[in-house]
Amino acid sequence: MAVVEEIRPSSDALLKTRQPKRPANMGNYIRWLLLFFGGIAMVTPLAYMISTSLKWPHEVYNLQLIPNEPTIENYTYVLEDGRFYWWFLNSLIIATITTVCNVIFDSLVGYTLCKFRFPGRYIIFIAILSTLMIPTEMLVIPWYLMSQQFGWLDTYWGIMFPGLMTAFGTFLMKQFFETVPDDFIEAARIDGLNELQIWWTVAMPLVKPALAALAIFVFLGNWTAFIWPLIVTNSVDMYTLPVGLSSFGDEADVQWELIMTGAAISTLPTLVVFLIFQRFIIRGVVMAGLKG
Amino acid sequence: MADLIIRDLVKTYDKTEVLHGISLDVKDGEFVVFVGPSGCGKSTTLRLIAGLEDTTSGEIEIGGRVVNNLEPKDRDIAMVFQNYAIYPHMTVRKNIGFGLRSSNKSKAEKEKRIEEVAALLDMTPLLNRKPSQLSGGQRQRVAIGRAMVRDPAVFLFDEPLSNLDAQLRTQMRLEIKKLHQRVGSTIVFVTHDQVEAMTMADRIVIMKDGHIQQVGTPQEVYHKPANTFVARFIGAPSMNMLAGQVKDGAVVLAGGNAVPVPVAVPDGKKVLVGVRPEDLHPEGETSLLEGTVSLAEPLGHETLLYVETPSGEVISKADGRTPPGVGARVALHALKENLHLFDAETEQAIT
Ligand SMILES: Nc1ncnc2c1ncn2[C@@H]1O[C@H](COP(=O)(O)OP(=O)(O)OP(=O)(O)O)[C@@H](O)[C@H]1O
Ligand SMILES: [Mg+2]
Repeated sequence: MAVVEEIRPSSDALLKTRQPKRPANMGNYIRWLLLFFGGIAMVTPLAYMISTSLKWPHEVYNLQLIPNEPTIENYTYVLEDGRFYWWFLNSLIIATITTVCNVIFDSLVGYTLCKFRFPGRYIIFIAILSTLMIPTEMLVIPWYLMSQQFGWLDTYWGIMFPGLMTAFGTFLMKQFFETVPDDFIEAARIDGLNELQIWWTVAMPLVKPALAALAIFVFLGNWTAFIWPLIVTNSVDMYTLPVGLSSFGDEADVQWELIMTGAAISTLPTLVVFLIFQRFIIRGVVMAGLKG
Repeated sequence: MADLIIRDLVKTYDKTEVLHGISLDVKDGEFVVFVGPSGCGKSTTLRLIAGLEDTTSGEIEIGGRVVNNLEPKDRDIAMVFQNYAIYPHMTVRKNIGFGLRSSNKSKAEKEKRIEEVAALLDMTPLLNRKPSQLSGGQRQRVAIGRAMVRDPAVFLFDEPLSNLDAQLRTQMRLEIKKLHQRVGSTIVFVTHDQVEAMTMADRIVIMKDGHIQQVGTPQEVYHKPANTFVARFIGAPSMNMLAGQVKDGAVVLAGGNAVPVPVAVPDGKKVLVGVRPEDLHPEGETSLLEGTVSLAEPLGHETLLYVETPSGEVISKADGRTPPGVGARVALHALKENLHLFDAETEQAIT
């Protein structure tokens, strides 16, 4: 039967077993202590971000967590500065389009690699996987030269094109389509669907959790992307949020309080995404682990 | 509804030939069951008929039309898979209606057809459920409904009952048979369960290693097995095979007993005498074998006796009330007409 359905309860069960239920013992105390410090390490930057965004410029280098004279002046400033909305919008558009493209293209290629037998299939899969090993930093220069030649510098297309498909997403989706039984696909074929219809109406609904996880990974990845947008954009209007935020102030005087304010505001959408989809994310990771 | 004709079907997977020239004539409205051990090529044959695999050579004809080069959807067939292949994200109604997507009927007509099929399968109250809210038997019924909805010429079933528990299997077996009587379509049904084959089929096709061993009605394959493989495969427990040699128009068994041979067989030929446990009793007129009971399996209405004889261990069926006990010396009897004779070398029946 539906493999995907069967995985659900078992992955939930897996999640449940993670929650400590056994009576506390020495090992657990140590574990909790480690988790506690881990938690502190994660939360501290966030706390400082909020704290700094509430400080006056002269207080920024005073590492006190509670500002002496708290102010919301920075928020008013950032929100009244028209550029911020542009950046927010740019980021939103780019992250959304990239996410949609990844969900479609990654799953299309993953499905093909998973369910069709054709010469060179293995080579193609390996080739796609091997691009995972090349760091972005190395790709940035070829991308830039390419954008320059094609006249894509300083455009949405220029910012988006390298990420419209990802090797990771393709790999992820290929693995998940393995859980879709071939019988489903063959039954649909006998029912007269063409291959594209089978992919869309039969296979895709069966890997929804994976699609949700992929969508979140890609959206967050693009929302926070920095290096490439920084390089490919020139005009302030084309900046994405992270690039725009980093441009507050000039070289001599970085205005940390404004950067932190912008960062604090820009985490709101990611927080929302996480709160809504975190079940899917965790499930996606667990499933990838089970299947990988 | 239509005839299905298969001619010299050969299938090769990367140089390994798995089907070696299968030929079969299925009449309109006939219920044909393919049976055979695992890996003998039953599913492959079915998938070739469905068009899910390309034939290496040979011809498939459905309703007078050679379909070798047609897509599965154009072959006028429907297939029911072992693990149901019903979509978990669609309701029963959608699942059943799925087969109608590509037809050019109006929406109302389609709805009517879905209701019809659902009624036929007793599924009407379940139409709006999701598959996860159904039992195994109900799921399999949905899968059958999906196949029926298009009213195909030929139904293909690939071990549709093997995921069900024994009781449900018996029940579904009956339902499918009744359905066939009502709808009257041509059915090719694959199973490796010989009881399923015997109870459902108009004709049974017994396969082994990509060859057809015998085609015949359940009576024919039971009473006149073409070779030792069929003889052993059909019937449970398996037919006893007693080695012997022909001498003066009779077979002499290992214990020295002689069995008269109805047909002319040259002297000195090595043969196998087959006798089914249900035809071999510890009481009767003509003695075939003597031996000692080594094990008794009471089944209620009868008892299976495992008897050590000079020809090896044989199984015999005894009365359920007063069976001989373990250690008892018994003389086993069988009617002459219930003995089967096989050539020991070729393993083919001698008639
Ligand atoms: N895609 C394939 N590639 C290579 N060999 C295959 C393939 N499919 C089937 N075979 C081989 O063909 C032979 C027949 O397989 P098939 O699935 O038809 O057996 P079956 O009779 O249906 O058995 P079962 O009762 O186990 O379902 C087997 O030996 C199998 O290994
Ligand atoms: Mg099979």
